[in-house]
Amino acid sequence: MALLTFKGGIHPAEGKELAKDKPIKELKPVGDLVFPVSQHIGAPAIPIVAKGDRVLKGQMIAEAGGFVSSPVYSSVSGTVSGIEKRLNSTGGRVDAIIIQNDNEYEEVTREKANNIDELSKEEILKSISTAGIVGMGGAGFPTHVKLSPKEPDKIDYVIANCAECEPYITADYRRMLEYTNELVEGLEIILRLFDNAKGILAVENNKPDCIEKLEELTKDNDRIEVVKLQTKYPQGGERQLIYATTKRAINSSMLPADAGCVVDNVETIINVYYAVKEGKPCTERVVTVSGEGINEPANFMALLGTSQAELVEAAGGLKDDVKKLISGGPMMGFSMFSLDVPITKTSSAIIAFNEDEVAAHAETPCINCGRCVEVCPSRLVPSRLADYGERHDEETFLKFDGLECIECGSCSFVCPAKRPLKQSIGSMRKTALANKKKK
Amino acid sequence: MSESKFNMSASPHFRDKITSSNIMLMVTIALLPASAFGVYNFGIQALLMLIVTTVTAVVVEAIYEKAMKKPVTVKDFSAVVTGLLLGLNMPPTAPLWMGALGSIFAIIIVKQLFGGLGQNFMNPALGARCFLVISFTGPMTRFVYDGVTGPTPLGQLKAGEVVDTMEMLKGTIPGTIGETSVIAIIIGAVFLILMGVIDLRIPGTYIVTVAVFVGIFGHFANPDIAFFDPTYITAHLCGGGLMLGAWFMATDYVTSPITKKGQYLYGILMGVLTGLFRLFGGSAEGVSYAIIISNLVVPLIERVTLPKPFGKGGE
Repeated sequence: MALLTFKGGIHPAEGKELAKDKPIKELKPVGDLVFPVSQHIGAPAIPIVAKGDRVLKGQMIAEAGGFVSSPVYSSVSGTVSGIEKRLNSTGGRVDAIIIQNDNEYEEVTREKANNIDELSKEEILKSISTAGIVGMGGAGFPTHVKLSPKEPDKIDYVIANCAECEPYITADYRRMLEYTNELVEGLEIILRLFDNAKGILAVENNKPDCIEKLEELTKDNDRIEVVKLQTKYPQGGERQLIYATTKRAINSSMLPADAGCVVDNVETIINVYYAVKEGKPCTERVVTVSGEGINEPANFMALLGTSQAELVEAAGGLKDDVKKLISGGPMMGFSMFSLDVPITKTSSAIIAFNEDEVAAHAETPCINCGRCVEVCPSRLVPSRLADYGERHDEETFLKFDGLECIECGSCSFVCPAKRPLKQSIGSMRKTALANKKKK
Repeated sequence: MSESKFNMSASPHFRDKITSSNIMLMVTIALLPASAFGVYNFGIQALLMLIVTTVTAVVVEAIYEKAMKKPVTVKDFSAVVTGLLLGLNMPPTAPLWMGALGSIFAIIIVKQLFGGLGQNFMNPALGARCFLVISFTGPMTRFVYDGVTGPTPLGQLKAGEVVDTMEMLKGTIPGTIGETSVIAIIIGAVFLILMGVIDLRIPGTYIVTVAVFVGIFGHFANPDIAFFDPTYITAHLCGGGLMLGAWFMATDYVTSPITKKGQYLYGILMGVLTGLFRLFGGSAEGVSYAIIISNLVVPLIERVTLPKPFGKGGE
């Protein structure tokens, strides 16, 4: 079968060989755990514990602040030592609950579902929302909201985003290899919510071992199909993935559900499995620690709230000449000035580079070469949109569909003039979206 | 908070290796076969002309930027490309000061006064060539070959004479320094295509359009020529500045459309204009004017060929 894909995109160095063969390793935190109350899109969670309280592993410490919100659970047993502002990986100082680990890992008693086939749709959704599951690929959109479209019967496809198109990250890859059953069963659980939907496991073809394993496991399942995607960035972008697998194109004012699709990433689906099947809340995730600046690249099963510095330490520490630290992937992740930030629901990776390709070149004038137009998956003219952004010309920016940008950064990657195109477009988008909300 | 030792920047943290200077350097390298053949074909005078136009372009750009207190950007090789291209567009017999004047015009008037690299609205080398042709028509359109002043093959073609297409492919014919050898130009063009600097959209469309246009209308310009006469078409494709223009000047990023569809449209427009000028115009040649006129239409072409955004009619 021909490989599925979208138009545009780029082929950055993959860098996955560094951590790809490193099995997921459990990591026990040493220091305090930090739980920001906002690890998702939507209203922040509201703390329900106070300083001095003893909490158990798996105990809710902050409840959802609304429908589009998500609760937060403690990943260890211990004592709440405070609720205060702490630095997060995007550089902001946010409200967080601090818990001192007592190293007992005393857990709350969980209610396991006896037979998940007997659960109603409402019960499944409730388990997912109670467990605090959000889009763990990085977006952080509450999963129960995504799985509650207006007309569930009109969903034709539930797409498992197994692309992992960001360079260096191998967390989903390891999950697919080591938790294949959980992934497939998680997808089956989600399919229970949508009577007319087919499940698609969409994997980039640079992971043939995952494809083989998933195909083997789903060969007798008529509702689930494994499809191969061309290895290209941003293949795992939601709109690109929907187009590649279904040939349906959605724009910024549409939801995947408008095209009859629901998209969830590997880590999210596996957490759905544990939530529904074992009543286990979202308290851990797989995190890749990699890059040329890391001594022993690794994949960790990290408890949420663990300091990122501890993960880096467990990966042999940083090399001496590290120039850049990134939370997430090199294409869309955030540069960090400190590792003293917690792992949250959306932390997929910590990457360290000895060389900073961004600082290596100064910006020069646009020569109109059109490379950004060629690669833009949203079919825009990034160089011009960046111009409008730089001169704060919101009207023209909107006229030329600047809001359609998905901020994948492909334009900045290819630009020979080294213009920060994505940055200029991104800031203008932020302003424009805020102004739109005001109206 | 203590000063962090880590760099901060917006994503993406990865960048492709290519830079604008690399691109200009590759264009310069790609022009070397045509330059070398020009020197072989026309002798030392051609070499001197190429040196004068290139050096003048670089020096003038540096002086202007210094005087205007702007960062000096001559290291980006764009002035080298402009100077070299102008030299390749000069008749070998033109006086050297004329080449120097052309370079000054190209850099100051066409490029810098409009804002420098990336802002010029027409190809600087071609703008300068057209300025020189208008100002000094005699020396700019007199072609001497083997000591004999005569018409170029295109001139002969226009007069209804027979031309030798083999000689035109090789380039052992009168013309400007860099335009005569199809083979030398194609070697450079293939290099640029392989390096991903240019693609076939603009030059391909341009050349095919010229072929179709002269194939059909050649008969109307000269009733002795049959429709789609292969020798006649070949002579038009290999003659004059078409090859140099199509591969090296029509493909100039700054002055060509940024949209894919626009690039096809631009190629067609240049092809039609070149055919019109050559067959029905006063002069035998028309590439330079066809390209700079098309340069001026680029904003309009871009406006009507904007891609449709993904999910809003586009895929």
